[in-house]
Amino acid sequence: MLPEPFAGWFARRGWTPHPHQLELLARAQAPATLLIAPTGGGKTLAGFLPSLMELGAAPGPGLHTLYVSPLKALAADIRRNLAAPVAEMGLAVRIEDRTGDTGQAQRARQRTDPPHILLTTPESLALMLSYEEAPRIFGGLGRVVVDEIHALAESKRGDQLMLGLARLQSLAPGMRRVGLSATVEDPPALAEFLGGGARVMLADPGPEPDIAILETQVPPPWAGQGGRHAARAVIDLIAGARTTLVFINTRAQAELFFQALWAENDADLPIGLHHGSLSREARARVEAAMVEGRLRAIVATGSLDLGIDWGSVDLVVQIGAPKNVKRLVQRIGRANHRYNAPSRAVLVPANRFEVLECRAALQAVRARDLDGEKRGEGPLDVLCQHILLTACAAPFAADALYDEVRTAGPYAGLTRADFDACLGFCATGGYALRAYDRWQRLVERGGKWGLRDPRRARALRMNIGTIVDPETLAVRLKGRGGAPLGEVEESFAATLAPGDTFLFGGQTVRFESLREMVVEVTKNPVRDPKIALYAGTKLATSTALAERMLRLIATPADWAVLPGYMRDWLDAQARLSALPRPDRLLIETYPRGDRQHLCLYGFAGRNAHQTLGLLVTRRMEMAGLEPLGFVANDYALLIWGLASIADPAALLGREGLREGLEGWLGENAVMKRTFRNVATVAGLIERNLPGKRKTGRQATFSTDILYDTLRRYDPGHLMLRITRAEAGRGLVDFGRIEAMLARAEGRIDVVRAPHVTPLSAPLLLEIGKVPIRGGAAETRLIAEEADRLLAEAGLVP
Amino acid sequence: MDACDISFCGETLRACSSGALWWEARRTLVVADLHFGKSERLARRGGALLPPYETAATLDRLAAEIGVRAPACVVCLGDSFDDDEASRSLAEAQRLRLAALMAGRDWVWVAGNHDPGPLALGGRHLAEWHTGPLAFRHAAVPETAAGEVSGHLHPKLRLVARGRVVARPCFVHDARRLILPAFGAYTGGLWTDHPAIRDLMGPGACAVLTGRPCRALPLAAASPARAAG
Repeated sequence: MLPEPFAGWFARRGWTPHPHQLELLARAQAPATLLIAPTGGGKTLAGFLPSLMELGAAPGPGLHTLYVSPLKALAADIRRNLAAPVAEMGLAVRIEDRTGDTGQAQRARQRTDPPHILLTTPESLALMLSYEEAPRIFGGLGRVVVDEIHALAESKRGDQLMLGLARLQSLAPGMRRVGLSATVEDPPALAEFLGGGARVMLADPGPEPDIAILETQVPPPWAGQGGRHAARAVIDLIAGARTTLVFINTRAQAELFFQALWAENDADLPIGLHHGSLSREARARVEAAMVEGRLRAIVATGSLDLGIDWGSVDLVVQIGAPKNVKRLVQRIGRANHRYNAPSRAVLVPANRFEVLECRAALQAVRARDLDGEKRGEGPLDVLCQHILLTACAAPFAADALYDEVRTAGPYAGLTRADFDACLGFCATGGYALRAYDRWQRLVERGGKWGLRDPRRARALRMNIGTIVDPETLAVRLKGRGGAPLGEVEESFAATLAPGDTFLFGGQTVRFESLREMVVEVTKNPVRDPKIALYAGTKLATSTALAERMLRLIATPADWAVLPGYMRDWLDAQARLSALPRPDRLLIETYPRGDRQHLCLYGFAGRNAHQTLGLLVTRRMEMAGLEPLGFVANDYALLIWGLASIADPAALLGREGLREGLEGWLGENAVMKRTFRNVATVAGLIERNLPGKRKTGRQATFSTDILYDTLRRYDPGHLMLRITRAEAGRGLVDFGRIEAMLARAEGRIDVVRAPHVTPLSAPLLLEIGKVPIRGGAAETRLIAEEADRLLAEAGLVP
Repeated sequence: MDACDISFCGETLRACSSGALWWEARRTLVVADLHFGKSERLARRGGALLPPYETAATLDRLAAEIGVRAPACVVCLGDSFDDDEASRSLAEAQRLRLAALMAGRDWVWVAGNHDPGPLALGGRHLAEWHTGPLAFRHAAVPETAAGEVSGHLHPKLRLVARGRVVARPCFVHDARRLILPAFGAYTGGLWTDHPAIRDLMGPGACAVLTGRPCRALPLAAASPARAAG
């Protein structure tokens, strides 16, 4: 049972502590615990109860508990939520948050006089650990609570945090760790990630969620991700619920769907929009309106994925296939954020393939079969950053740091050779040509590595973080003091011509000019804007979900759950061609117009198909098969060209594809972007900070130049090694191509169809067709354009 | 190599895809802003430790151009070295390589803002070089007679051709002056609509893209750009 004043406080609220809250209290002295409890299960309070009890009514000075969450907003939200119980129980516990948004004065005070409980993010923790005062600030630390640890484990931010915890453990040997998570596919792996020999504690998972797939009057379209056909039905769902969260996968889709909803919103239900491109002010306004219960619905992207508590949400609508079961479960958990009340959710497939994907996702949720790609070894670029920041705090001995780093879960298997390579990179650049012996960044003095020039610490601290944002430009209303609206990706801004219109923040704006680093727009109430394609990340359908889809397609006996139009579609495919099967690879070829088409049903996700398209068309070009272009979705790859392909399987030789990846893909823009991220995280280059970025000086140059130079003059360099390792995952996703080929083991079925096949037809409508680039094509394009411009200017080409 | 001829002050000058300018009539090769030793200078100042290969890379490209043209004279339009210290601390292998390129031909080092003093290298060291109708200097001056050839600004042009964005270093010229792109490996650029370039150019100004194809376009065709990239 709980002691006072905690027992009284629970009783006054009419609450009984959850069993897992009591159990975590009982195990408060354990060095590390991973608590897995459903959303709304009082996880966060469970995490803080031991701290509040230890601190009690008359706490001593100094930092007792550090709370780390992936979102700044979450840290602020938790601070507000903890304030009430602490005040009501009369505890003299000081709780503060510390994020990138915290003001200078408060930061400075926290360095000399830290609160009892500090709420922060991995980046702010890394910054604090780089201070010379770090041993004093953290020396008495008793507990660290890592919230939403599954989300952190998905990215390099988690690796950075775990290195930080290893550092903290050295500064405060008595520190205990608690990880909190709602949705985990592999609890022991996550416990290993948390480190400290963590034990898993599983709470009652609560009732099954109530999930349905929306059946609309009109079947969904063949292709596209917007879900606009369902706008009317979604308005009806919103009208029938108290508060609805409408999730959609990308920002551009969120804009379009938001517009489509308002077109159907006869009753003028208050509906808001929330995504990461909108300005902080705009997002804060929507969040505040939601908290005050003034909104009936929010259309949101992943910016709202994590556990901020909106209280009254009773329905979650997912537009488009969820791509990933874990994310779906997380989103569904946002409805009825209360323990023991089932979450209500509706999935809205945006096209025919997504009807299958939603069905597969539903099966997976019911089977509690969460997907998750296996976590790789701790990335070395993050380690490089950690080494440099460690040197900012104080000189270190290499042996001691190596031992410390290996206590972090992701780096448990780190070899000494890799550690030394990273240390070498930090110190000298690690080049085959030892050019910088006089100008090393780190130097060894008396057995300890420290900064050659301590003034560099400031620049290194400015570079903290493992998320490298795409270059973005601010969007503002034109005119003196025009209101900031948010930002768009630079690549999108580059395609705009004055007069173009696009959707932004739920309104149509007209592009006026690009001045300095600002996109100036005016409001423009036209009906049909040029579509905003500031796409954000395109998630690929997870391996587990794709496999479930394949099994469903290959098993006609299970089609009873599908709507009639879907059964008709699959029947036609079986009749005219063949059905893709999990243990084989189906390839179709057919003529259409004056072009030959080849469709490959890889079910390996959009990114892998995109990469495969680049590699296969490259091989086709070398074989004289004249490819003209390709398009990929999550399920298949469609290539068209002038020649008919006699032996498609020959294009898929593993060796040949590997070779293509090493050679030609090395020059690909995706690899260059990967390199830029790696080089920024590792500290080879400094990130473009707001305010001090490209100012029109000719001194700055693109990281592509560094990449090309290294490839030519130092191909074995650490940065290229890391870049190649990353290419196996993420945007290049070569690992899934190899897995797909391994699964089929050469069992490739080639169907020669007389015309377009039912399953491949949607790909012809897919946007994002990739023309075959290359010397010849680009040369012709530029030459044509130059002739046209010269003619237009009255000059003779 | 791809190239594009420019008629300039009565002379035919060939803008090469590499960013070099070839004056056939005088067998003279002109390059601007080599910025040798840039990575070393950054490291010396405590900045990033960039791959220390830009001097080798720039020398490789310069050697290739000299191999093809066999010039009697080479003109480097200033900022050949990232600073004076960089010219003194050139690695021995690179010093020898440069000496081999310089052997048997006239070599003019025009002073730049990064390397104002005379360099500890052979060849002629001049603030400006006037020959025939042309005047070679590092940075364009606002009021000048026709025939100025300069570097310094690293012009770069952005073109949207049927939706495809192409950004390339470029030559820019009007009837009076010609500005070369930077030839050095680690050099960024200034968009051609930047006031520093735009204000120098008169009506009818043209740009010639480096790379393939090496093509001339009216300067006004450049897509409105952001700051440098």
